[in-house]
Amino acid sequence: MIAKRIIPCLDVKEGKVVKGTNFVGLRELGDPVEMASNYSKDGADEIIFLDISATNEGRQTMIDIVRRTAEQVYVPFTVGGGVRTIEDVNRLLKAGADKVGMNSAAVNNPQLITESSDRFGAQCTVVAIDAKRVGDKWHVMTHGGSKDTGMDAIEWAKEAESRGAGEILLTSVDTDGVKDGFDLALTEAVVSAVRIPVIASGGVGKPEHFPEVFNQTDVSAGLAASIFHESTFTVKQVKEVCTEQGVNIREA
Amino acid sequence: MIAIVDYGMGNVASVRTAFQRLGYEVEITDSIERLEASTHIILPGVGSFQAAVQEINQRNLAEPLRRLAKEKPFLGICLGMQLLFDKGYENGSSNGLGLIPGEVTRIETEYILPHIGWNQLQIENNNQAFAPFQDKHVYFVHSFQARTDQQYLVATADYGTKVPGIVQNGPVYGMQFHPEKSGEVGVDLLKVFMEETNSDRGQLA
Repeated sequence: MIAKRIIPCLDVKEGKVVKGTNFVGLRELGDPVEMASNYSKDGADEIIFLDISATNEGRQTMIDIVRRTAEQVYVPFTVGGGVRTIEDVNRLLKAGADKVGMNSAAVNNPQLITESSDRFGAQCTVVAIDAKRVGDKWHVMTHGGSKDTGMDAIEWAKEAESRGAGEILLTSVDTDGVKDGFDLALTEAVVSAVRIPVIASGGVGKPEHFPEVFNQTDVSAGLAASIFHESTFTVKQVKEVCTEQGVNIREA
Repeated sequence: MIAIVDYGMGNVASVRTAFQRLGYEVEITDSIERLEASTHIILPGVGSFQAAVQEINQRNLAEPLRRLAKEKPFLGICLGMQLLFDKGYENGSSNGLGLIPGEVTRIETEYILPHIGWNQLQIENNNQAFAPFQDKHVYFVHSFQARTDQQYLVATADYGTKVPGIVQNGPVYGMQFHPEKSGEVGVDLLKVFMEETNSDRGQLA
């Protein structure tokens, strides 16, 4: 059977991996390619780069990072952040990204999903959704989780699927940074609404949070950033805990 | 020199790197002369079957590829593997290279599609060369699969249905998953392909 995926995420700003996405007090952690390569050697099933560069130079640097990663990392990788147009998607895929994630741009222009899927295939079209609980629903948030679009996140996930998204990267704005585990209710709600793989994101504070989301929902993959940085925990440790708790994972 | 066929269907940097890691000289090309000069031909590819067939035809590569597959080892990867078969049904029906008998149709499974992620190989027909890869995980991304006779199967994966993972007809091999994205296991699989075909075994049926 197909294995549950463990995915480290690297936030990249102007060519360097940084800690935290809240634009104050960012700390540089190192070279993205080197870190991605180390994660893959440690058993990461996939890598996600989130480009949070504020400048054009920074985004150009990202293209070089993608090119070097394709040559030096032997697991699939996704690039998201700042993808606005179909030309942005094309440029990242050409540089060697396996998949491209689109977030706000897809909300503003859902046709981008359709175009990307038609032209490059569902397999490389990832729609990232930032969701926040509002009453008994979840709303789609943009601008790094700060702006409420009023859109229903579950309905948006369904629309993304019907437009040809191959995967959904689902971040809970409520649990992100809290380190108390994934948002199980949101994850289950989206997983049961669509028939494409969902990656859960936001809230990991310890390895046990991965088997928790895998055993309590049918999610395909789990993403974490901070617990893997500075080797707080290794991917290998996470996988050991998953195996102990009966989760089918890939032994690297 | 290993030639990777460049026909505009997906990035091939990772495929090139994988073979370079094994110590081979690699060229990415759509020139028939360069393909003729090569020792091995690799047909990669990401995208739809029909689009790929159009790209190959526009470059007048179908006939040379068919001919060269009878002369030297040939490996199709992902969509490149699907193109080895007679016919594909993605976005309507189109003819493949016809190097392995069979067709390519949408995966029929109760599970979600695309089939994305790491799945385990089950070795078929007691294949000796690939036996060490039993239960090893490799990275798949696809919604269509080959349907072929048991005799051409080297390895499959279970996705609610039997999905061909490695196929072979004499010196023509296909891998549905991405060996270049399957970590060390993937590179080891390419090594076995090189060793098997260098040993000059097998003729195209």
